[in-house]
Amino acid sequence: MCLGIPGEVVEFLPDQPDLARVDVSGVRRVINVGLLADDLPELGEWVLIHVGFALSKIDESEAAAALQFLEGIGQAYADELAALAESRIE
Amino acid sequence: MRFVDEFRDADKAHALAARITELCEPGRQYKFMEVCGGHTHTIYKHGLEDYLPEAITLVHGPGCPVCVIPMGRVDDAIHLASQPDTIMTSFGDMMRVPGSQGSFFDAKAAGTDIRMVYSPLDSLKIARKNPDKRVVFMAIGFETTTPSTAMTLLRARAEGLENFSVFCNHVTIIPAIKAILDSPDLRLDGFIGPGHVSTVIGCRPYEFIAAGYGKPVVVAGFEPLDILQSIYMLMVQLSEGRCEVENQYTRVVPWDGNLAALTAINQVMELRPYFEWRGLGFITHSAMRLREEYRAFDAEVLFNVPGVRVADPKACQCGEVLKGVLKPWECKVFGTACTPETPIGTCMVSPEGACAAYYNYGRMNRRRVVEVEVGRP
Amino acid sequence: MSERGASWVDEALREHEEHTAAEHTAAVDQAAEHGAAEQGAAEHGTGGRPGSPSDREQQVLDRIDRARRRRPRIREERITMSHGAGGKATHTLIEAVFLDAFRNPLLEPLEDAAQLQVGGARLALTTDSYVVSPLFFPGGNIGDLAVNGTVNDLAVSGATPLYLSAGFVLEEGFPVADLTTIVASMTAAAAAAGVQVVTGDTKVVERGKADGCYINTAGVGVVEHDLAMGAATARPGDVVIVSGPVGDHGVTIMLARGELDIEADLTSDTAAMNGMIAGLLGAVPGVRAMRDATRGGVATILNEVAVAAGVGVVVKEDQIPVRAQVRGAAELLGIDPMYVASEGRMVAIVDGEQADRAMAALRAHPLGEQAAVIGHITADSPGIVLLKTAFGGTRIVDLLVGDPLPRIC
Repeated sequence: MCLGIPGEVVEFLPDQPDLARVDVSGVRRVINVGLLADDLPELGEWVLIHVGFALSKIDESEAAAALQFLEGIGQAYADELAALAESRIE
Repeated sequence: MRFVDEFRDADKAHALAARITELCEPGRQYKFMEVCGGHTHTIYKHGLEDYLPEAITLVHGPGCPVCVIPMGRVDDAIHLASQPDTIMTSFGDMMRVPGSQGSFFDAKAAGTDIRMVYSPLDSLKIARKNPDKRVVFMAIGFETTTPSTAMTLLRARAEGLENFSVFCNHVTIIPAIKAILDSPDLRLDGFIGPGHVSTVIGCRPYEFIAAGYGKPVVVAGFEPLDILQSIYMLMVQLSEGRCEVENQYTRVVPWDGNLAALTAINQVMELRPYFEWRGLGFITHSAMRLREEYRAFDAEVLFNVPGVRVADPKACQCGEVLKGVLKPWECKVFGTACTPETPIGTCMVSPEGACAAYYNYGRMNRRRVVEVEVGRP
Repeated sequence: MSERGASWVDEALREHEEHTAAEHTAAVDQAAEHGAAEQGAAEHGTGGRPGSPSDREQQVLDRIDRARRRRPRIREERITMSHGAGGKATHTLIEAVFLDAFRNPLLEPLEDAAQLQVGGARLALTTDSYVVSPLFFPGGNIGDLAVNGTVNDLAVSGATPLYLSAGFVLEEGFPVADLTTIVASMTAAAAAAGVQVVTGDTKVVERGKADGCYINTAGVGVVEHDLAMGAATARPGDVVIVSGPVGDHGVTIMLARGELDIEADLTSDTAAMNGMIAGLLGAVPGVRAMRDATRGGVATILNEVAVAAGVGVVVKEDQIPVRAQVRGAAELLGIDPMYVASEGRMVAIVDGEQADRAMAALRAHPLGEQAAVIGHITADSPGIVLLKTAFGGTRIVDLLVGDPLPRIC
């Protein structure tokens, strides 16, 4: 369960409203976006792809927030390490 | 790769690991279960356990939809595939799973037309291209995959396809988690929740775990940093005396799930009264079947499915591994009589089975301290 | 409801018990000889309490190690696709059926070519069959593969490729125009590689067989240096080098089959490497072994080296060159590029002290521009390939049973 890969929506198929072409690192496939019919992705938005269907949109602001949190922890850690290193030079 | 590589960053991992270690109470052991087989796979594939302090153990759960398929159902599928003028389509995951007379791969070698597909929609394509054959799709998966089968059936009906059917083996995650919680063999401190199942069912269904059983749950993404952050969030909850359901995978999982997906499932399928899970026995309301209105697409109605129940080989301890009671290497036949080349059970042959993950990726001794059983009320 | 069990499981268990009993008896005898009081390794673990989980796990790992070294046996009654994938099933088939029957010292190294002494000359002999489908794909066709693949097998064996044979099995109804195109490609490929096709054969089989066209080749080359190469000569301190990005060919073919409906700007990397390899051998006497990274991919070669030489191989994931698109397709399908075939890439094990020279020699050639050091050989964990993941953790890289299969889970 659960191989879901993020892909960017790069094209909608003109006569097939529930299909879209997504791009994953330069590799493209047509997938079904019917499960997102209430809030269809736009060109350039990212979706989670599983067995040829888009299951969910990827919320870029949440992704950024997650990374920022991780970065914060990383920075605090780096600061501590630096403080530790400095405190030894006495 | 965007939204992937950033969450595999080693530097951030070190920082998180340090934080996690800080939160460990001296002398206390922690056991978290990752429910989803996909998480088990990620943990081993990236060597995530290297970052965890000795005090934290990860226990592998039953969230592997291939692992829980009883041998009898595999036999049934092969029986279907062997009917005249029939093409069976299946995900790659199922190809090597052993039934009592061999796997899909073995059946294919003996002349049965079994084809691998990436999507159930590809099965529809095959059905359209082969109007004189009956095309059956072997549907497996938890709620992550069920909507895709449902959408495919809706489309098949809309197109009036007459030669397409589904052999439905979709299962649901909550009963599996309940079976774990109700098992006397296991004492867990918290759950790493299945991220992709949750895109469909949302986070509410896990509330009973925190409220009723007193175990915190963090719904986690599938990159190694996601899992590590989820462990961090569990440790924070424990240290703060909280017990809640939290969502780590906010970039993908909506708290309320995907209504369109749930609607599609509901339109086409209903819960079976009971279903046999390999290793866990019969569980009520734990699996899906096609509704009466869709019987024209139900392989179990269209074909004569033998439905023979096949007992697991006595030596097979998949059940205990699935429940997290045994680690893969503690199974008596692990790695000797049961290997990826000669699998006795599903845990060894599913791409996200715990035994396969340990054998293929983790088969090395990461010195563990002696496990101390701490008395907990 | 009736029930039935699985008889093959009982047989597997019985066999396993016999082996274990035999090994135990042998171990007990050995222990008695050495005068040690032996109750099993558990009580004398590595620093933990007797029977601690760490010891128990180690015991299991040791048991598995012994099981893996047992004589391989074919359990299946029929050949399956796994047997052709280059992984465990292929190895078992080769050892249990072919090696067992043909056994002789020239065959046993099971390298890409056999090394022969004929008169005063050292010759290398190789053979290959090409059954690729589709026959025509981005970057080439079955003819290119046939010539380049054979040339490469000779070149990685340290030989200068000279002469090829080409046997064709053609399906009734196959278009002559297609055959002409294939043969034209072979002519061009042979010229580029500096070899000649000197003999051949043609057979036609009925419609429905041979997928259009199968090609079988044999190749002969002459070994003009004194180096003793081979996977078994790898030793601690050596480096592992790959000559360029891996997996292009395998993914191209997978996508070209059309069933996955995936489009990408990828082409097969089929190419003759003898020029690049000659440059390498000319500059670097410390090349221990080279292998063509075809079916089974880099991961398979690393395992073969680990087992043949009884050494550990440690590689770093973020050093392995993979094109973005190969990676994208692989992630989408859930397969690992380390197991995917290339047709113009090789893995070289080189004396660590000469690593820089080797890299310079490879990079000087167009095919080796993206060569990279991906790991090294160690004395620890013999027979095992360890991967330091990009995430910073460690895991094993084992042989797959068969082809990497796309997965949904």
